[in-house]
Amino acid sequence: MEPRLWLLQRATALVMAPLVVVHLILIVYAVQGGLSAEEILARTRGSLAWAAFYGLFVLAAALHAAIGLRSILREATRLSPAAVALTALAFAVLLILLGLRAVYAVTAG
Amino acid sequence: MNSASGKAQPMIEARVWRSTPRGGELVSYSVPNRDSQTILDVVTYIQQRLDPGLAYRFACRVGMCGSCAMTVNGQPRWTCRTHVDKVVRDGKVVIEPLANLPVIKDLVTDMSPFFAKWQKAEGRFVPTAGRGDPVARVDPASPQRLAASAAIECINCAVCYAACDVVRWKPDYLGPAALNRAWTLQNDERDGGQAARLRAVAGDAGCHNCHSHQSCMAACPNELNPTESIAGLKRQAARAALRGEL
Repeated sequence: MEPRLWLLQRATALVMAPLVVVHLILIVYAVQGGLSAEEILARTRGSLAWAAFYGLFVLAAALHAAIGLRSILREATRLSPAAVALTALAFAVLLILLGLRAVYAVTAG
Repeated sequence: MNSASGKAQPMIEARVWRSTPRGGELVSYSVPNRDSQTILDVVTYIQQRLDPGLAYRFACRVGMCGSCAMTVNGQPRWTCRTHVDKVVRDGKVVIEPLANLPVIKDLVTDMSPFFAKWQKAEGRFVPTAGRGDPVARVDPASPQRLAASAAIECINCAVCYAACDVVRWKPDYLGPAALNRAWTLQNDERDGGQAARLRAVAGDAGCHNCHSHQSCMAACPNELNPTESIAGLKRQAARAALRGEL
């Protein structure tokens, strides 16, 4: 279990590294000359590429963060191993649901 | 001479951890400031001249046995190899038992949990040859042997274990010394216990708990780098997991 989670956290970090760079460059680019919802939606609506980009970002971030949260809970709390696993899993599911909902909202249509 | 104060002071104020029925407290002793004096000399002076009830542990006095480790000004150190000049500030020094271990009395800790973890990490050689077999020929320049040699000089003093944040937060963590020992055996081509050892160090309390703070490396009096050994175990475990062996 530990080696697999360790590998998964490193793999998701590897996936996120270029995504974060693109995301940051995009933010700087997007705020040039003001920021409006219309402008953003014009770029993202109907774009499969952005849906895939941020969909992948959400999945990687959710898994990466949940594994990290698991480590923190194991060290900093007295929760049982089962409670820690459930909490981390619930956190991953929550991040995936909220994240994918947001991706859907800005790219669908 | 005290480096921080600029000139020698005739006496040092040593604040030393003393056990009490309720736990313990720091007690101040006034000790003469002598040239080339070590913290172990200070503790010995207190026990022989000021308070014979002070309990502490030492054996070789020359940095070979690893039994005199204590916490000096918050840092785990071999007291026999710690000159007073290096650590006394404004004529004061605080001497406590090693952290992360139960205290038996005063400056003496119970090392049992530390040694038990060496066993849990399978930190013992498993021979693959017998008395009648020829002596193994190990190439001293092979990558495996170089990795083992880099980590081999550990003398079980528990300084790294006392310095480790993760041991403090997660008391069942095997800790840097036991994992460092496991790493040397994982690189010993004569050893036959490597699959079982990898399972032992890749479990809940194993190498993946390490956050690579490197406090162990910073504190190790033998200048070993247990963090690097633990990183090696993580890589080995990852490869084994990908092959479906873990």
